[in-house]
Amino acid sequence: MLEIRNLTARIGDAEILRGVDLSVNSGEVHAIMGPNGSGKSTLAQVLAGNDAYEVTAGSVVFKGNDLLELEPEERAREGIFLGFQYPVEIPGVNNAYLLKAALNARRQQQGLEEIDAFEFLKLAREKMALLDMDPKFLNRGVNEGFSGGEKKRNEILQMAILEPSLAILDETDSGLDIDALRAVAKGVNSLRSPDRAIVLVTHYQRLLGYVEPDHVHVLSDGRIVRSGDKSLALELEEKGYDWLREAAGA
Amino acid sequence: MSSESDKIESFVKRHYEHGFVTDIASDSLPPGLNEDVVRAISARKHETEFMLEWRLRAYRQWRQMQEPTWAHVHYPPIDFQDISYFSAPISDKDRPQSLDEVDPKLLETYDKLGIPLHERARLAGVAVDAVFDSVSVATTFKEKLSEAGVIFCPFSEAVTDHPELVRKYLGSVVPRRDNFYAALNSAVFSDGSFVYVPKGVRCPMELSTYFRINAANTGQFERTLIIADEGSYVSYLEGCTAPMRDENQLHAAVVELVALKDAEIKYSTVQNWYPGDEHGKGGIYNFVTKRGDCRGANSKISWTQVETGSAITWKYPSCLLRGENSVGEFYSVAVANNYQQADTGTKMIHIGRNTRSTIVSKGISAGHAQNAYRGLVRVMPQADRSRNHTQCDSLLIGKECGAHTFPYMEVRNPTAKVEHEATTSKISADQLFYCRQRGISEEDAVNMIVNGFCREVFKELPMEFAVEAQALLNVSLEGAVG
Repeated sequence: MLEIRNLTARIGDAEILRGVDLSVNSGEVHAIMGPNGSGKSTLAQVLAGNDAYEVTAGSVVFKGNDLLELEPEERAREGIFLGFQYPVEIPGVNNAYLLKAALNARRQQQGLEEIDAFEFLKLAREKMALLDMDPKFLNRGVNEGFSGGEKKRNEILQMAILEPSLAILDETDSGLDIDALRAVAKGVNSLRSPDRAIVLVTHYQRLLGYVEPDHVHVLSDGRIVRSGDKSLALELEEKGYDWLREAAGA
Repeated sequence: MSSESDKIESFVKRHYEHGFVTDIASDSLPPGLNEDVVRAISARKHETEFMLEWRLRAYRQWRQMQEPTWAHVHYPPIDFQDISYFSAPISDKDRPQSLDEVDPKLLETYDKLGIPLHERARLAGVAVDAVFDSVSVATTFKEKLSEAGVIFCPFSEAVTDHPELVRKYLGSVVPRRDNFYAALNSAVFSDGSFVYVPKGVRCPMELSTYFRINAANTGQFERTLIIADEGSYVSYLEGCTAPMRDENQLHAAVVELVALKDAEIKYSTVQNWYPGDEHGKGGIYNFVTKRGDCRGANSKISWTQVETGSAITWKYPSCLLRGENSVGEFYSVAVANNYQQADTGTKMIHIGRNTRSTIVSKGISAGHAQNAYRGLVRVMPQADRSRNHTQCDSLLIGKECGAHTFPYMEVRNPTAKVEHEATTSKISADQLFYCRQRGISEEDAVNMIVNGFCREVFKELPMEFAVEAQALLNVSLEGAVG
């Protein structure tokens, strides 16, 4: 589904990604781990098309198409979803309204009819129940005055409604209490399916206790320095990242 | 980042969609203003001696007055002798009795604006007194209104049919010599709307007028007078668009509202006069005096305005809170783009005890536009326990525009409570990227964010008008779900 080859990218003069290679197939859950500043969030932002970052070399093919040629909204409509590390507030814009517009943009791309307000509300209520969210969320401004945990849950709600082909969750687990973490994990697990892939960007093993990854990669200094199965995450938890840096340097 | 803001800038440089001219022969006076012109206007309207005298006195007062220069707007001097002060569609002589008799081109014009008059009237239950150039050409639902005892007619008709009401209230809120443009209007006003809602009557429908400037080089001098008698309620909607023109056009309307004891008037405006092209050429000069008088106890006047057009806007819908416990409200969205200049706001004058006022102003600036909020809250010595809350927010789009806030507060009563909050923000690249990552185009994202910013004001508009207001800002429907 997703083929990343020798991807390099920078922001301003700082080179952040220095040749990332990664293949993600449908049905898989990948975890990308790594220390602060290793380029995890940059990778997520570049895949989503944030033009604050400049891609300097390499290629990204998504469902057979050159992803780097597409505008951010086109990538989204093709099925790429980014769960933001810091979801932005949009005062006065109704959460339900944004979500419905997003869903209809995706449905239009898929050749489906627009969903009407009643169907949408029904769908949204279902998904909110799944995530233990208060239905009042729908009528609030997008992330307006939300707590950190509420913002993250809201990202998961959006993902659950949009049903993307590829979900990239950027540190969705950070700053969550245990209940919120469980709710988020439940949302992610409910989306696991043979025709969907999920990429979890995370610092810690914690979330992986709830969402079991098929593959674990370690990003360090802008490169993937090691890949393995879920046992790699446990090993990292035990040994820290320095051990890998040394191994990579050796 | 810079490419984001470039895109925002190209987005805001959209062309004016309602720029077209309808070919209807106009019966205009030659340019220039003197006593003979005032007499000619009055004669064409078959006015009484009282009205002629009133106009002439206004004209003489106007001649003694100076154009105001305190507003934060800049424009070349206006040659008042180069303006034609009367223009009417040819059909004025033979006024149509129903919509079928209306010049089809006029109806077509409304269609182009997305305001199919007949449909609107039928579906929305709205009575429409359509002002085209200066003379009203279609009045509907008159019967239903007259059953309720509501008078809703062109101003010129009221002068003939209801002289006692006109005499009693005309100029009682905005005196002839109130200001330069009000005096000019008083001398040469052509037509407008007149509304009288009798005691205890709740007007059975929203009253609506669509304005449109059409003849070239012609000033529009509308005069509107709305009187809500004791215990009555009326909601009045005013909306307008104008065709594309090169010459600057002067618009100097006067609106007077009178709310007697326990009465309420809700006045909503969507204003979309031609703003000039993207280089600042052309466009309407909109110098308007709007004032409401809460004359009786427990009365309420609420102004809601969405201002998207005009090259220059100079407009301060105000409330005189004279009756005890009376309430004044002002909700405003003012959009200024390209080289538009807006200096708008309100005045809340607290005279009676326990009077309350609320001001919510949302200014949006884009392109090279300058947008100023100017508001006065004055509490007179006898206005015990009066309260005001002002919230004044500015949204900037791009780097070349400006937002200015000029709040004036004069509080002469120690028991009064006056609050002022102000914010200035920009549409951030992060907000846009977030929306685009959800599959929403950049243009839709900007609309959505602007619409969200204006939400507090839009929700004050009557439903069908809110839809139109949002269409004018080219934004999608907000709050349709949930």
